[in-house]
Amino acid sequence: MSAVSPLVSAGVSVIQLGAAVTGGPLLYGLMAKVRARAEGRAGAPVRQPLLDLWKLAGKERIHAEHSSAVLPLAPLVVIATAATAAAIAPLISTGPALGRTCDAFVIVFLLLLGSVAVALAGLDTGTAFGGMGASRAMTIGALAEPALLVAVLALSIQAGTSNLPGIVSSTLAHPAWAVTPERLLALVALVIVVFAETGRIPVDNPSTHLELTMIHEAMILEYAGPELGLVTLGETMRLGLLLSLLANLFFPWGIATTASPLGLLLGLAALAGKTAAIAVAISIVEVSTAKLRLFRVPEILSAGFVLAVLAVITGLVMP
Amino acid sequence: MVTLRFMQLLPLLRSLFSRPVTERLPRPPGPRGGAGFGGSVQLRHVDAGSCNGCELEIASAFGPVYDAGRFGARLVASPRHADGVLVTGVVTRNMAVPLGKTLDAVPEPRVIVACGDCALGRGPFGGGYGVASSQGPLAAPDVAIPGCPPGPAAITQALRTLTGR
Amino acid sequence: MSAALLLGLGLGVAAAASGGALPARSRVPVAAVLTVAACVAALVAAARVLASGSAITVNSAQVLPLTGVTLVLDPLGAVFVITTAVVGVAASWYNVGYSGHSGHGGGRGRAGTALLPLFVTSLLAVPSAGSVATFLAAWELMALSSLFLLLTGHHRAEARDAAQWYAVMTHAGAAAILLAFVLLGAHAAGAQSFDGFGSFAAIRAGASGIPSGIRSLAFVLALAGFASKAGAVPLHVWLPRAHPEAPSPVSALMSGAMVNLGVYGIVRTGDDLLGGGQLWWWLVVAGLGAVSALFGALHAAASPDLKRLLAYSTVDNVGLVLIGVGASGALAVRGHRVLAALALIAALFQLVSHSAFKGCLFLAAGSVQQAAGTRDLDSLGGLLRRLPATAALFGIGALSVCALPPFSGFASEWLLLQGFLRGFSAHSAVIATALLAGVAALALTGGLTAAAFVKAFGIGFLGQPRTPAAASAGEAGVSMVGGTALLAVPCLVLGLIPGIAVPLLAKAAGTALSGSPAGAGGGRLAGPLRAEAGLAIAGTTDVIEPALLAAALAAGIALAWAVIRLRGRARGRAPAGGRAGAGARRAEAWGCGREVQTPRMQYTATSFAEPLQRVFEDVLRPDRDLDVSHLAESRYFEDALRYHNRIDDAVERGVYRPLTVAAGRWGEFARRAQNGSMHRYLGYGFAALVILLVVLA
Repeated sequence: MSAVSPLVSAGVSVIQLGAAVTGGPLLYGLMAKVRARAEGRAGAPVRQPLLDLWKLAGKERIHAEHSSAVLPLAPLVVIATAATAAAIAPLISTGPALGRTCDAFVIVFLLLLGSVAVALAGLDTGTAFGGMGASRAMTIGALAEPALLVAVLALSIQAGTSNLPGIVSSTLAHPAWAVTPERLLALVALVIVVFAETGRIPVDNPSTHLELTMIHEAMILEYAGPELGLVTLGETMRLGLLLSLLANLFFPWGIATTASPLGLLLGLAALAGKTAAIAVAISIVEVSTAKLRLFRVPEILSAGFVLAVLAVITGLVMP
Repeated sequence: MVTLRFMQLLPLLRSLFSRPVTERLPRPPGPRGGAGFGGSVQLRHVDAGSCNGCELEIASAFGPVYDAGRFGARLVASPRHADGVLVTGVVTRNMAVPLGKTLDAVPEPRVIVACGDCALGRGPFGGGYGVASSQGPLAAPDVAIPGCPPGPAAITQALRTLTGR
Repeated sequence: MSAALLLGLGLGVAAAASGGALPARSRVPVAAVLTVAACVAALVAAARVLASGSAITVNSAQVLPLTGVTLVLDPLGAVFVITTAVVGVAASWYNVGYSGHSGHGGGRGRAGTALLPLFVTSLLAVPSAGSVATFLAAWELMALSSLFLLLTGHHRAEARDAAQWYAVMTHAGAAAILLAFVLLGAHAAGAQSFDGFGSFAAIRAGASGIPSGIRSLAFVLALAGFASKAGAVPLHVWLPRAHPEAPSPVSALMSGAMVNLGVYGIVRTGDDLLGGGQLWWWLVVAGLGAVSALFGALHAAASPDLKRLLAYSTVDNVGLVLIGVGASGALAVRGHRVLAALALIAALFQLVSHSAFKGCLFLAAGSVQQAAGTRDLDSLGGLLRRLPATAALFGIGALSVCALPPFSGFASEWLLLQGFLRGFSAHSAVIATALLAGVAALALTGGLTAAAFVKAFGIGFLGQPRTPAAASAGEAGVSMVGGTALLAVPCLVLGLIPGIAVPLLAKAAGTALSGSPAGAGGGRLAGPLRAEAGLAIAGTTDVIEPALLAAALAAGIALAWAVIRLRGRARGRAPAGGRAGAGARRAEAWGCGREVQTPRMQYTATSFAEPLQRVFEDVLRPDRDLDVSHLAESRYFEDALRYHNRIDDAVERGVYRPLTVAAGRWGEFARRAQNGSMHRYLGYGFAALVILLVVLA
């Protein structure tokens, strides 16, 4: 992809951004649909989150009276980090704009920036709910970040580089690497982290009405209208991004390696299929498990961390 | 342990592909396009002194058989996330101010849905010593669902007039 | 070149003299100006050293008796001089406004105003020292001046207690360092005469002749002394006591410049003077680093005292730097030159970045403490609207500590991760294990640090003020905000274009590693990093460009904001859209319809940290107490509830308290033996005489 003109790779980035903006809410809708069908309900159509977001954009903006500039700034930061990550990560092809500088650790820290912004906004509302959400979210983040970092490091050690397109290309070049023990251990660790970072059952219930059981929802309780829409869109984009990275790091077949329109179309279709499959699997797990008590969540996250460390050790011991 | 888990998944997977139990409902009368929310309405439910009869019917309305969610309606936890309040119960003295605050917290454009005869001022508990003297914002609701309690089909159809689906 | 350095040190002494001699009104500004001039001169000298790559040497037989003074400023020391100079300028400028309010650190008193420039001068002199005597003289001056600066708050019991711990530990460390250097100097070339005794050049030349056991002993002693100064667990216990109690400019200098010199000492002794040493030395360093990082991050996340949180964060960052130094030394011993250089460059970058953001954080915390009268986060809140500039600067520092793009902490932590990643390719099982521990520590501290600083910024600056003192806080003066801003600038600059610092750090790393088996002599290094605005590892595809990231983020924020404003304007024009204005409505926060909402209903720092505290309860062992007093009429009703939660330093409670208790008991026992009775003393003398006669016979 190095011979591709910057204009073409910028175009790929724009396509990826568009896919993330529409695909994220569609994945949310798909997960809600699977949950509804499992409960025997017809369920809202898959495009419902997009309708919700459009309606939110047209509502009034309200700011809590004791809040400061951080409250309106946080949704912008969440969207900016999710959009930047979606534009530079290898989602549809291995050569989007700035793909040369798309480092795995950059994505990890961009996601952390988004989480920190939302937590600060929760504290800025000056209410008990916001503080509770921020406290719980940072505690869970404090234990999920290490697992994410070490799992990414395990993949980087095997591929010999921490450049994300590089890791994807190396898996395409060595298909046998996809079933090595270190890959599988890293996969399990990353799946646990995805549940924690996106706030799904068994870590958090995104549709709970009881504030005492809320983690993520409590931080955004005070947002209204377009700002709520931006935060929600940002969260769906993060979900889409994490599922896409899970798909492309562990099963990259289908991703475009050239800039041809057919290849990009195939890459888009492959991405949609893979992320839809993972979303359905996550939804099935959600439906068949109960939410964990808050103080049991660190146990599952520590298990993820230990698995990630084991992945690194396995990678070093078995060349 | 793993076999047990797998056996529990089989009925779940079967239900994913089988026909849902949700009843079909005819399109309610009223303008297409509903109240202008574009097919998505979120409501914050407030119990302003109800006997819980309407709450049970609302739970049924969002349950598998009547599923108001398929028409774009949803109950949310925070009035800031909502398009309106769904009020049940006669407005008691203690709930008058909180109901007003809840409605005030909803961003414009907003609606009030009065569910049940109590909320419409006609219920069996009206005029009691604990009931507020004036109904406040409930005096002129945007959507009225009469009944004591209204059936889940009526509630669903009323919500469809809001979403327009 | 040497003139600039000498001018710098001379101006520093002049600043101290003026601070002590001048009348009250002109004392602080003149001392500040002279200190700034001293720092600038030293910075110029250090910059010239780094640009040319050759060292400045000054030899003088005056000033110190017997041994004279030898100053050698090579690229390794120059990096530390530059860092100290920048923090020194910021702290001196800050002090002009800070000292105007008495009550914190003696205000405009002679002692405080004279000691601060002396402290800065000693911090500049330590990396420039070229012989054992000069080094130790500067080291002791640094320790004593900071001790007396700490004691300017002597009317507070906590400050006296902190000074006691600091005095004992820094002098124990200095004794260990003295022993180590004496051991090395005794074997150095030309040790028979005092001329050139203990000059670093002589020690370096004679290092290969020292028996390996003595070298290890010297390194361990030096490590103990320097690690204590750097704040590595378990010798760190003075740090969370002394840094918060010192006046804020002194805290910034201690965290931003003094702990660096502990790391400088380890690198100088191990890599440079002893020529690399043995593998187990560096594994011990890395192990200390990993434990410090975890320990510091955990206690920072659990501490409700703002400055104590920052002090523990210093322990955490020093731990990360020591992991890098340990990895570098281990790789150098095994002969992997480029990998060792990369790890050392990463460690030095983390150190420089830490000085910038920690100095900024401490100065901002000092402004907060002065404005609100307390540094307890449980009593602060809503300060972003009262002190906007200070809050914004604290925010920049906090985002940098959490290693978030596009600030300097992100670039330095990325470089550390790259150093570890590349180090795994050295294919050595022992090094890989050490690196794995380092990676695990780095990963765990990342999350805990984010929690700690969301707590510090969110509870301290956001939300509603929790006490009247916080509600009436006012913005700090120009000099205080200016001093803090001066340190926030490197956080941004080093974050956006980290490539400018890389060639300088590479020269420093080359000088340090030139004595090791991997070094090929001289300071020239083949460059493990490509020359770029961002950071790029040579020979790989690993690269980051924070400037482009920042541009993308800014574009995203601007685009999202434009979408909101445009949609709001469109909604305002629509007939059924509701309100006419495109702006946001200010309304009471949603509290479930509650009629009364008070600031006390918000989360406090203690409650914020409570889930983490529960997860790590076995390590932290909080001291919890619930005091219930009942109504006189009936025991079923409570009158008042008092909840007390305190987290002590785990190492202090587990290691030092038993030691001090044992020492106390031993002292009690000894007192009984020395009871003042003349007969008993004569008896002791007689018994000793008899034993001697028996032994000698």
